[in-house]
Amino acid sequence: MITRAAHEMSAAMASGEISSVELTQAHLDRITSVDAQVHAFLHVDTEGALAQAQSVDDARARGESVGPLAGVPLALKDVMAQQGIPTTAGSKILEGWRPPYDATVVSKLKAAGVVILGKTNMDEFAMGSSTENSAYGPTHNPWDLTRIPGGSGGGSSASLAAFEAPLAIGTDTGGSIRQPAAVTGTVGVKPTYGGVSRYGLIAFSSSLDQAGPCARTVLDTALLHEVIAGHDAHDATSIDAPVPQVVRAAREGSVKGMKIGVVKELNGDGYQAGVRSRFEESLELLAKAGAEIVEVSCPNFEYALAAYYLIAPSECSSNLARFDAMRYGIRVGDEDGASAESVMNLTREVGFGREVKRRIILGTYALSSGYFDAYYGSAQKVRTLIMQDFNKAFTSADVLVSPTCPTTAFKIGEKANDPLAMYLNDIATIPVNMAGIGGMSLPCGLAPEDGLPVGFQVMAPAMQDQRMYSVGAALEASLLSQWGAPLLSQIPALVGAK
Amino acid sequence: MSNLSRSDVAHLAHLARIDMTDPELDALANELDVILEAVARVQEVATPDIAPTSHPLPLRNVTRPDVVTPSLTPAAALSGAPASEDQRFRVPQILGEES
Amino acid sequence: MSLTYEDVIAKYEPVLGLEVHVELNTNSKMFCGCSTIFGGEPNTQTCPVCLGMPGALPVVNEKAIESSILIGLALNCSITPFSRFSRKNYFYPDMPKNFQISQYDEPICVNGYLDVEIDTDEGIKKFRVEIERVHMEEDTGKSLHVGGATGRIHGADYSLLDYNRAGIPLVEIVTKIVPGTGKYAPEVAKAYVAELRDILRSLGVSDVRMEQGSLRCDANVSLRLIGAETLGTRSETKNVNSLRSVERAVRGEMIRHAELLNKGERVVQETRHFQEESGLTRSGRSKEQAEDYRYFPEPDLVPVAPDAAWIETLRATLPEQPTLRRKRLQSEWSVPDKEMAAMINADALDIVEATVNLGADPTRARGWWLGEISRIANEQGVTISDLKISPTDVAQIVALVAQGDLTDKLARQVVEGVIAGEGTPASVIESRGLKVVSDESALMAAIERAIAAQPETAEKIRNGHIPAAGALIGAVMKETKGQADAARVRELLLTHLGQPSD
Repeated sequence: MITRAAHEMSAAMASGEISSVELTQAHLDRITSVDAQVHAFLHVDTEGALAQAQSVDDARARGESVGPLAGVPLALKDVMAQQGIPTTAGSKILEGWRPPYDATVVSKLKAAGVVILGKTNMDEFAMGSSTENSAYGPTHNPWDLTRIPGGSGGGSSASLAAFEAPLAIGTDTGGSIRQPAAVTGTVGVKPTYGGVSRYGLIAFSSSLDQAGPCARTVLDTALLHEVIAGHDAHDATSIDAPVPQVVRAAREGSVKGMKIGVVKELNGDGYQAGVRSRFEESLELLAKAGAEIVEVSCPNFEYALAAYYLIAPSECSSNLARFDAMRYGIRVGDEDGASAESVMNLTREVGFGREVKRRIILGTYALSSGYFDAYYGSAQKVRTLIMQDFNKAFTSADVLVSPTCPTTAFKIGEKANDPLAMYLNDIATIPVNMAGIGGMSLPCGLAPEDGLPVGFQVMAPAMQDQRMYSVGAALEASLLSQWGAPLLSQIPALVGAK
Repeated sequence: MSNLSRSDVAHLAHLARIDMTDPELDALANELDVILEAVARVQEVATPDIAPTSHPLPLRNVTRPDVVTPSLTPAAALSGAPASEDQRFRVPQILGEES
Repeated sequence: MSLTYEDVIAKYEPVLGLEVHVELNTNSKMFCGCSTIFGGEPNTQTCPVCLGMPGALPVVNEKAIESSILIGLALNCSITPFSRFSRKNYFYPDMPKNFQISQYDEPICVNGYLDVEIDTDEGIKKFRVEIERVHMEEDTGKSLHVGGATGRIHGADYSLLDYNRAGIPLVEIVTKIVPGTGKYAPEVAKAYVAELRDILRSLGVSDVRMEQGSLRCDANVSLRLIGAETLGTRSETKNVNSLRSVERAVRGEMIRHAELLNKGERVVQETRHFQEESGLTRSGRSKEQAEDYRYFPEPDLVPVAPDAAWIETLRATLPEQPTLRRKRLQSEWSVPDKEMAAMINADALDIVEATVNLGADPTRARGWWLGEISRIANEQGVTISDLKISPTDVAQIVALVAQGDLTDKLARQVVEGVIAGEGTPASVIESRGLKVVSDESALMAAIERAIAAQPETAEKIRNGHIPAAGALIGAVMKETKGQADAARVRELLLTHLGQPSD
């Protein structure tokens, strides 16, 4: 049962084949069995999960109508505040903090009867592409435990690939949903900015952060998308408009007559051979399914990475200022005679990891007087150029596509001391965040040279998220008929697995 | 183009309230040099005629009505506090001025 | 050694700059729904947003924007078609996010002015204070310093933080530099803050209580030699919490600067704290190494772009400008200058106007509020508006006196009773039995008894010595416990004794 898709689990519960408590317990058992190796979870809320499962079962028993994902377990990225549940954002500085409130996404999940199993590992404050920057140790890719599961949401994606959960929540600032999805052979969607409330999402870079759904199938992702999306009065940057009909698009899965634009600049040099070949094959399948494949050029995308590494650190230097040992989190150096300032300084030195400090200092520099215009100001202009590139491209294509990442999963430790090489992982995912549009990654096969999953990225104009689901579902169906079974059926069994 | 010294980074670390060690400052100075050189590429295309974009959405005037909603209980507000006293957050002595 | 003020102004020209922070009286905070009520138990008016908890997001209070626009309109400002919030980044424990959401280079209102008048030996003088900007921001929490001798920050062992005030909407009103006030600089500063306070009160956007900190003034002062072009170095004095202090602080800083300059020393650009007891300022943080606040647009909020329709709707609600209103009322009520000043000083204008609007004679209404009622308020150490007597009560009392149902003396007892919580004037009259004795036969009987008791006095009156009547009237009033109308008693008495009564 745990290897099935979420919508299948839901159907099984509806038909009485299994209860939510049984389903939840099966996943908890799986976590107990394999998570010592994968380390996808930072906290497992056994009691809370079973209680929620029981209440869904009770509601069903009373004949109440429940939502399409009621009773289905989910893994929540530890960047989301959940009332009473340890929430660390992967940082030591928040060790032991239990929020007194729920993020809007969490409230919506609870209201939909989704069972939250626990909190998943991540790069500290979502800064990273490998989950190696977690203060609580790295997560391992279930495809190959010596490799990274992507980041920052490596825990969420790994939990899906390891069958510890059929659904997960991620957040994506520069690719933190899509890149982990790509390297774990799972599906992840970054909705249009403002499509899902950020209230309760511990901010990394406010103008780029966006929470989104993760699952093993396009339809499951769409079902979760509809649960968490929608306007929220607690988020001034939330879009007050109907949620795009993503479930309908995923069910129809039609690309007939659609124009699919291949972004010239997000392919070619620097992209692994197996990544390119799988990507090309997918284009052929989409063409066969009735889409028209065109090439588009987005010349300013080559500046996106540079702009991102100014904007995101600048915003983070301010967003992370609140972690000062005064109101919550750890406090270091509070000895007799210590001042508030020295306690702040020491706590932040000890509580933040290297990458976080690096970005805070970089952002502090980029915003400081005398450098603002040259760095932050220029980066904002690049942002304008990237949006213009997208606007132009979307006049000749309904969606844009590219490989999600230049390579498959790299080895843990391989890029840990080379920040620039690490940053290059996000080269294809960052433009989407800069423009605030939607982006999806879905698996398109294994690279022949290393047998690791390759991600296919679909990008749609703002508030046209359903287009990604149309393309994703069509490609998924074509690939499935070619493979005969889901890609994850090829994943090596984890030692200790039942 | 930029060449950050240890004291430059120390100044930034002070602004950011991080008590870094000297080796850390030195290492960071080198790393930032490399990163800054890479990110300075934005200046190649950021010409004066381009308007900056600080936010991806063209939203305006998003407000809330002036209505009181329930606050946290003091116990909840203080639940994460490293120290508290008399229903207040207790913090080490504050150096600097009276505000 | 110590210079006199005359020495200072003989040589130097002061240049002012005033920054006033006003706490708006919205029901909820600037960016969250927590209550803004003053004086709550610590940390009872806080939530994830105003505590700066991870994940929490601000949403702007619409009323705060409208109040800011109203302030801008009342100060003759342009309302900018596009304004934004920025983050001002600096660490301080009373600021939960370690940045303040404020407006920086794109404030909501710019380029206004406020005319103030001051009364001088040379007559009324008018000064125009130009307003540079009006912008919105949020207040900080409050710290309580524990340990050490003074309860002050210096020498404290630790501090306790209450964030009830954190996030209360603030509007900052910043003047351009104000040159040309000469020796009147302290009075102009005071008059500006007073006028601003009156305008804010008339707009109903703030409680403007300086003693509670809902209106706070920072005074920038610099001196330059008379005739000099370049500005001198300024100091910024904070903590100026009364109108009188504004005047004292400016005067004190002028003298302090002049002493330094005369000795050939330089004025340090710094923040100084005004000390109420001594009237002197104490050095605070030096601004020589300017703080680097790393402002950037607040990414959690979207721009404020009021359209013309919104602005005009608000403009239509603007009340009459306080100076014009004062002039109008003074002439309508024929109030002498001095008494007008007293009424303004006592903050009695609104309450007197309300009483007059209920039909009371302006002079009588003013007499009650500034006389007996003010006296009782003073005794109790409160303001007249805090007392349990309303314009309606006073209007009724004035009417009863006019009808002859009460004497002034009885009316005073009625006022006292109403303030004491004994109910409406009618019920006080009823329960205390304060009705005027208007039964003429009863009065005549009392007059007969008074004449019988003092026959010689009566004889004097019969012989035309009218002033002697006072003794007999007094006796009658005493017998009727003051509830007779003395004028009527006099009339009856004189007629009875064969004398003309008018």
